[in-house]
Amino acid sequence: MTSPVPLDPSVAPPGTREFRDAGGIPADRWHADQNGETLVPTHCCFCGVQCGMYLRVDRGGKVFGVEPRNHDINRMRLCPKGINAYQQVNHPDRLTAPLMRHNRDQPFREVGWDEALDFTVAEIRRIQTEYGMDAFGLLGGASLYTEKTYLVGKFARVALKTRHVDYNGRLCMVSAAGANKLAFGIDRAGNPFSDMLLTDCLLIAGSNVGECFPVMTQYVWGARDRGATLIIVDPRETAVARTADIHVALKPGTDSAFFNSVLHVVVAEGLTDEAYLAAHATGWDEVKRTVAGYPPARAAEICGVPEEQIVRVARVFAGAGKAMAWHARGVEHHSQGVENCLSIINLCVATGHIGRPGAGYGTLTGQGNGQGGREHGQKSDLLPGGRSMTNPEHRRQICEIWGIDESELPPAGTSMMEMVWQMQRHEIRGLIGICNNPFVSLPHYATVKDGYDTLEFHAQFDFFLSETAANAHVVFPVTVWAEDDGVMANAEARVVKHNKAQEPPAGVRTDTWVMCELARRLGAGDKFDFPDSRSVFEELRVASAGTVNDYSGITYERLEETGGIVWPCPSVDHPGTPRLFEDGRSYHPDGKIHMQVVEWHPPMDPYSEEFPFSLTTGRTVAHYLSGNQTRRLGALVEQTPRPWVEVHPAHGFRNGDPVRVVTRRGSEVFPALVTDAIRPDTVFIPYHWPVPTAANALTIDALDPRSKIPEYKVCAARIEAAEKVDDVPAPPTGPGRLAYPEAQVSRVDPLPPTSPQGRGTSERS
Amino acid sequence: MMGRTIFIDPGRCIGCQACVSACRECDSHRGKSMIHLDYTDEGHSVASLPTVCMHCEDPVAPCAEVCPADAILVTADGVVQQADTTRCIGCANCVNACPFGVPKIDLQAKLQMKCNLCYDRTAYGLAPMCATVCPTGALFYGTLEELRAERPGVQVADSFTFGATTIATGVAMVVPADKVQWPVPGGLPIVEVNGVDVR
Repeated sequence: MTSPVPLDPSVAPPGTREFRDAGGIPADRWHADQNGETLVPTHCCFCGVQCGMYLRVDRGGKVFGVEPRNHDINRMRLCPKGINAYQQVNHPDRLTAPLMRHNRDQPFREVGWDEALDFTVAEIRRIQTEYGMDAFGLLGGASLYTEKTYLVGKFARVALKTRHVDYNGRLCMVSAAGANKLAFGIDRAGNPFSDMLLTDCLLIAGSNVGECFPVMTQYVWGARDRGATLIIVDPRETAVARTADIHVALKPGTDSAFFNSVLHVVVAEGLTDEAYLAAHATGWDEVKRTVAGYPPARAAEICGVPEEQIVRVARVFAGAGKAMAWHARGVEHHSQGVENCLSIINLCVATGHIGRPGAGYGTLTGQGNGQGGREHGQKSDLLPGGRSMTNPEHRRQICEIWGIDESELPPAGTSMMEMVWQMQRHEIRGLIGICNNPFVSLPHYATVKDGYDTLEFHAQFDFFLSETAANAHVVFPVTVWAEDDGVMANAEARVVKHNKAQEPPAGVRTDTWVMCELARRLGAGDKFDFPDSRSVFEELRVASAGTVNDYSGITYERLEETGGIVWPCPSVDHPGTPRLFEDGRSYHPDGKIHMQVVEWHPPMDPYSEEFPFSLTTGRTVAHYLSGNQTRRLGALVEQTPRPWVEVHPAHGFRNGDPVRVVTRRGSEVFPALVTDAIRPDTVFIPYHWPVPTAANALTIDALDPRSKIPEYKVCAARIEAAEKVDDVPAPPTGPGRLAYPEAQVSRVDPLPPTSPQGRGTSERS
Repeated sequence: MMGRTIFIDPGRCIGCQACVSACRECDSHRGKSMIHLDYTDEGHSVASLPTVCMHCEDPVAPCAEVCPADAILVTADGVVQQADTTRCIGCANCVNACPFGVPKIDLQAKLQMKCNLCYDRTAYGLAPMCATVCPTGALFYGTLEELRAERPGVQVADSFTFGATTIATGVAMVVPADKVQWPVPGGLPIVEVNGVDVR
């Protein structure tokens, strides 16, 4: 690999001016202009679209800006998060030395790496000796490069020898993953984004595409430009729903009743593709019998939508020559998340809309590496290559690759939320968290805080001091995405390569280095001889060979040449597999699609006279996940300085009024955003902020029994007038650092939202 | 009619402010955004609308016409530049003259700033930063033919009336398909669509 920072600009590759003269930026070259500026091709660190971008690097080797990149996925386009992402690389809040303390009531002090590592290893040893190997847990993250997520799984099982490892993708899209595995035997979207441009009917359920995946709107509206019918299923009128042909504003938590009813109408009107079902699917008879119990009259009552709308959706979707269904967290964040996804899959399969250009299904991944992050063993029940923890053959294969005895490999562990409950019960006494922030991202904050406070030892890896890290005993300062090489898989399962653009600050190490160093000190150094990401990737390729999630044909060189390869890719001359099931075969051994019976049941938090509203949560366009990164970037903070509660005008509030939202778990006060764009029986709060403005202090920690995803998207609530809105706390920072330096962003009392999407006012001078 | 220019399509805008952030990254006024993003019907709709400088052609740039210091130059290709820093006296005449509310005054610096169609980029054949990144295509940079190749049948307006005055602009607006013959909300009739008088 060439150095991204040329020492002598006179011998730099063809310059910025030249490619500007040529009228465009070539996809895969590094450039420098006469000022010594270099453009390093990479991808955005945020959501699952993984837009290509160039980072601008100055002569001193520092990232200082961004330039659009003509990559297949985004074709130069970027959203505000992507444009501002580079600002976190040299942000003044960056942690640059390990932080340590022996008790939570002490302040952090900056220490050397040896002291922090020794203390951590001593605590791991102490806890595991006293309480057993499984008393120590590891929680990873799906914002990490795939190499690092592979290392997390291996580190837990080989170095820590614990069964308790999971990751924050558990909060993201495991319901879709579970449903896809049950139905198709493969855990990924069936079609590439570009197939949206070929479809005649595009159904998007539970996804605020405009705010969560802005760059996807080019595909959504590209479909519309070509005459496709756009159907949006969402309780809120989002920016995309505003322009849809049919907007089904159903009540939160009723998705499977709706899709069962749509399938009921499809059957009743004879619009099923019986030839496809007979040849390629099993379980259709049982599914048909079940959906008979969901006539539109019943579903209309459950979902709170007109009967005619259900009939219309069925006719349009089934009647289209090619139809696609895409969904996201609105469908998946439920105690019946897997069922919801299966009901959509049933509809696609029954109408034969599968495995063709413009016909199929997909999931819009929330986290940058939500797809790749679970494929290689970071999830509690998975081994690398998507192998099962419970399958003896799979276990044997991995033990062989890792060079350990089968008896040494722990059994499957529990999910992220369950691990918090185990912390409360003292079953888990020590924890390492890697690039996650459960204090903001997990539901029912009081439980989460209690669980973490109960830990005898807690270490976090992060590059900013997150709310969770601020509660730890040790914080390891690690690299941001632009300081290391690695791959991520986007929502299409397209593996893309991120390139290192600058050297990390002194005192900062890569997550790979820290894990390998901890492993060495724990006595497993011979299994963790990984000097860089490439060496991890080479082992990952071997470990995934022959599985469904086959990466063995993917190399760094190929990724740089092609701009991304979609797995499965079993050999170095294999082009990848952008579209699944083109031959009608699923990835189950019998080659059939296994349709699953879905019965709707009400959400876990019952409505009552005291709690008559549905509370639902979601993202804003300016922020990402727990906001640990975006709540520090000036432009994004100014764009959306604080959360709000969206309420319908029927309740008598005016814009900006303080509204107390109460659930069975707590209450908080937000400014009202009064809008017609939400159902009268539903309120909405964006979730990127910590207490006392945390949507997740109110949400319920009920889990889907199969995917163990929390039910973020619906709980019972009431609203009442309040005196004053709760203030937004500034993000925590390391010792000696300033939160929000003056030059970075003004922190005057943020204005209440004035627009329906709460994005704040536009810039007016 | 128009050559390569920006087309604004409010029907596609999701209010994400990528254009606002991108404009801040543009080299000619780094750190300041020259785009207005308006929410047009707050409380009832999520509709939003980005406004860049419309680069008025006829009469030539009211902002430049009223500038007492001759600080606002119009290039041969019709781009209305931001104020020349060596001439601008920060009097805000241009702010008052602009029918679209575009120029901004930095009162401390006594300097006007406005969108200059990313002259540092367009001069080299690149699209302006805002239209390059716009994730939805609400801001599109190219020719009318290129726009129509992507969006068949799209209708655009490049003239606007303000009372008795009609202004033809270098930047065009996409007109909703069902409203080509209608007045624009606010009572400003479209006088010209693709060079054809539709009054």
